[in-house]
Amino acid sequence: MGERRGRERADDPTGTVALMAFVVLDPTAETSPASRPRVARPRSLDGRTVGLLDITKARGDVFLDRLAILLEGRGAKVRRYAKPTFTKPAPLDLRQEIATQCEVVIEALAD
Amino acid sequence: MPEPSGPELSTAPLPADGVVAVVKHDCPTCVLVADVLVEMVRAGFVSTVVSQDDPAFPAGIHPIDDSDLELSWTLGIETVPTLLRFDRGTESDRTEGWARDNWERLLGVRDLAPGLPDWRPGCGSLSVDPARAEELMVRHGAGSLASRRIEIGPQEDEFEAMWDRGWSDGLPVVPPTPARVLRMLAGTSRAPDEVVTVVPPNLIPCSVEKVALNAVLAGCRPEYLPVVLAAVEAACTDEFNMHGLLATTYFSGPVVVVNGPVAHAVGMNSGGNALGQGNRANSTIGRALQLVVRNVGGGLPGEVDRATLGNPGKVGWSFAEDEEGSPWEPLSVARGLEPGQSAVTLFAGAGVTPIVDQASRAPESLARSFAAALRGVAHPKLVIAFDAMLVVCPEHGRVFREAGWDRARLMAELEELLTLDGDELVKGAAGIDEGLASWAAGRTLPKFRPGGLLVVHAGGTAGMFSAVIGGWASGAAGSEPTTRPVRWP
Repeated sequence: MGERRGRERADDPTGTVALMAFVVLDPTAETSPASRPRVARPRSLDGRTVGLLDITKARGDVFLDRLAILLEGRGAKVRRYAKPTFTKPAPLDLRQEIATQCEVVIEALAD
Repeated sequence: MPEPSGPELSTAPLPADGVVAVVKHDCPTCVLVADVLVEMVRAGFVSTVVSQDDPAFPAGIHPIDDSDLELSWTLGIETVPTLLRFDRGTESDRTEGWARDNWERLLGVRDLAPGLPDWRPGCGSLSVDPARAEELMVRHGAGSLASRRIEIGPQEDEFEAMWDRGWSDGLPVVPPTPARVLRMLAGTSRAPDEVVTVVPPNLIPCSVEKVALNAVLAGCRPEYLPVVLAAVEAACTDEFNMHGLLATTYFSGPVVVVNGPVAHAVGMNSGGNALGQGNRANSTIGRALQLVVRNVGGGLPGEVDRATLGNPGKVGWSFAEDEEGSPWEPLSVARGLEPGQSAVTLFAGAGVTPIVDQASRAPESLARSFAAALRGVAHPKLVIAFDAMLVVCPEHGRVFREAGWDRARLMAELEELLTLDGDELVKGAAGIDEGLASWAAGRTLPKFRPGGLLVVHAGGTAGMFSAVIGGWASGAAGSEPTTRPVRWP
């Protein structure tokens, strides 16, 4: 049969087919990730706006509450955000809001 | 006979007006009518003869050599001899084999070849000979496929090559050759380039062709493809939330329950070992969905898939409901679809927990056994947050049928039995730190949210063994069981 490996063909006494490549189709998305440079890290958080994103996992808020106190003690301005549910990606609007309002973001994954 | 597809082929040697005959020497009927054909060509009733295997046959009239079968494929010839009439470039009549009446009608002659029998069947056209048809299908159809072609070198083992490219879930996959992909695509009438859905986690628009490719990898037969397409569509909805289900540390993966005539038609198992191995459709339909998530969506274990333990069903889990033996209407009908509509219902299943009850003959008693098992889903002290699917076996189903309990009656009974005392659920109760916060104390709470318990009927006729398939984070905060019709046939 045509799709079998050429080298297995009994009707190919000259061996010419045996040299043919075996072709398959790519089952993947055929994409490669875009490479983007990271934003330069600030030297200090003093006066910076830091977003704290609560993904709404249990007790993530405990961790973020403590972080907020520590950050404000270092002169940072803290803004709080929360995902509607930890099981789904953050909505686009929320990501836009954080990106436009904050210079630094900390995301809490807790359980 | 696959329809010719891809670029339009030329039938340039053929006349715009007139009669064409397609023959092969290796066909006794063609040999029988050879003299008639020669006579008709010389008399001008037949314009052109196309010969598939011998350009010198029939002798003396210089037929067109169609040994590459291009014309036969393009004309969709299935039998030789075939006579075709063309009027202004369009086929207006066709007859296969030798049938004097039909030939006389098509040629517009009378008293044709009185020495021949009235009728003889033709032979198979070489263009549909299994030894040639595949090559023709690839030659004419592969151009319609958009996926990148990858050449595996003659020194490479093709199965190792699939693995090396990261396309496998750990089991061998079937190499997706163009011929196999084209055969798979014959399982649907949808165009290869039609976008089925957007697949997480990388949010990739996924074509019918890419689904077909992964169905080949999974080991599906072409007739499973409509079920796989429906499963992929259902999985990649906001309500089912395949992204979160993939990413979770929890056990769950998609379970595909198939209802309606398509389940029988493709040979799915709803009986003995329905949740186990050994049936090709059950084993490969769910696997094809998972391979789409892996290969198209980019969802890989250890990357976005963060499961702590997972479950063996994540290789792929699909089964059919036993509708004929069920005491109740099918799951898809209970979920709002018309009876007889083929459908898939996707559920975020975590694994199978057995329910043994070989003693109950009264529905009240059996319902209590079910409730006791269902209470354990995720944790006996956690409620509402996890869904469940109850798989009722035939011997248990019989108890409800004989007692006249419909689905609603069983659900109502289970709801009552699974209304729990909050004092037993709070943290620390029963000496277990896990549990609900103090707000639950003094209340009664349901084990399952409304719509969070699904009941389906399946299994072998022997054994009083039903099963709980535990779910995952329920509802809008997690995954909603999702039912979609299968576009079939």
